[in-house]
Amino acid sequence: MNDRRLETIIGRLLQIGVLIAAATVFAGGILYLIQSPSGHVDYRNFAPGSPSLNSFSGIVLSAAHFQSLGLIQLGLLLLIATPVARVAMAVTGFALERDRLYTVVSLIVLVILAFSLIHAT
Amino acid sequence: MTAWEFSAVVWGLSFLAGFLGALTGLGGGVIVVPALALALGVNIKYAIGASLVSVIATSSGAAAAYVREGFSNIRIGMFLEIATTLGAILGAFLAARVGTHALAIIFGLVLIQAAYHSFKGAPEGDQPIESDSLSRRLRLASSYPVDGKAQEYGVRNVPAGFGLMFGAGTLSGLLGIGSGAVKVIAMDRVMRIPFKVSTTTSNFMIGVTAAASAGIYLSRGFIDPRVAMPVMLGVLAGALLGAKVLVHARVRTLRTVFAVVILALAIEMIVSGLTGKV
Repeated sequence: MNDRRLETIIGRLLQIGVLIAAATVFAGGILYLIQSPSGHVDYRNFAPGSPSLNSFSGIVLSAAHFQSLGLIQLGLLLLIATPVARVAMAVTGFALERDRLYTVVSLIVLVILAFSLIHAT
Repeated sequence: MTAWEFSAVVWGLSFLAGFLGALTGLGGGVIVVPALALALGVNIKYAIGASLVSVIATSSGAAAAYVREGFSNIRIGMFLEIATTLGAILGAFLAARVGTHALAIIFGLVLIQAAYHSFKGAPEGDQPIESDSLSRRLRLASSYPVDGKAQEYGVRNVPAGFGLMFGAGTLSGLLGIGSGAVKVIAMDRVMRIPFKVSTTTSNFMIGVTAAASAGIYLSRGFIDPRVAMPVMLGVLAGALLGAKVLVHARVRTLRTVFAVVILALAIEMIVSGLTGKV
């Protein structure tokens, strides 16, 4: 296993992840547009939004009930997960290469990402 | 506008932004945020939230293509991501505290820098250099293909590059952009890494950096599904098409046009921020 081969595998997996995420967002988007009321939309003012769309558990629950906005957010969560998966795979890859320094470096990045994402729970 | 009209217009604008962003190497975020805020009156916090997720889509979506070219350096990228992700968390916390007018003004200033960068274009030729002692200890040196042969290169000034990367991460988290231009400057100018390696490694880093602020954006309600849906789908489609035609495009002319457009957007963002319109 060398750096190049590892990166190619990771690159392919990421592309698949992005496609699944985009398909989920698209499905949710179509559902949203079909159900959307004919009134006008306005995003001029910022409101923090509802917990069902701002947290992991809320999004998963809402998507499981096939609510359109929950499905879109689930797709976006999958998307956010792709770079995290990339770093996690790099940790494994460097560990397999017995590269101690870079296993630790990529672990640090993974911990920082985890810290940020815990905020969303 | 109805939801249908809004989604269609935003998709179209985002497609164009993703397309131009891929051709010029600046990413779609620098156009999509001002376009949403100025043309459609979308609150800048929703605009940067939607932009941030589209940044992740283009970075992860293009990953396989960049690896095939053999330019990106995963060790340099991973090491510098410690700096960019920490910066991105700081930026995301700041974005929640800074008012929308101030965000618009900061965004405008960053756009001026991007316009300048786009106007100047890629530097001519790279002289490979020897690594300094810290880079050697971190084993950052590698090689990349030049005319079919492997060209060795060294890396220097790691602490300065690391510091600048922290700044790039902060801007990314604050404004929902990839801040690829600053990342390239840190690697290419400061750390003396060859330009091609810098740009592709920057693309690899952009997604991870954006993911670090995404959780905070999500919990603060910056990511509204009704705005993010057309933006993400549009930018992704535009960026994929842009990467395909990149080989045939006259990039020099395009970059100059792009620089003028960005400069105009920059001025309008700053004026709107100062007058309280955005």
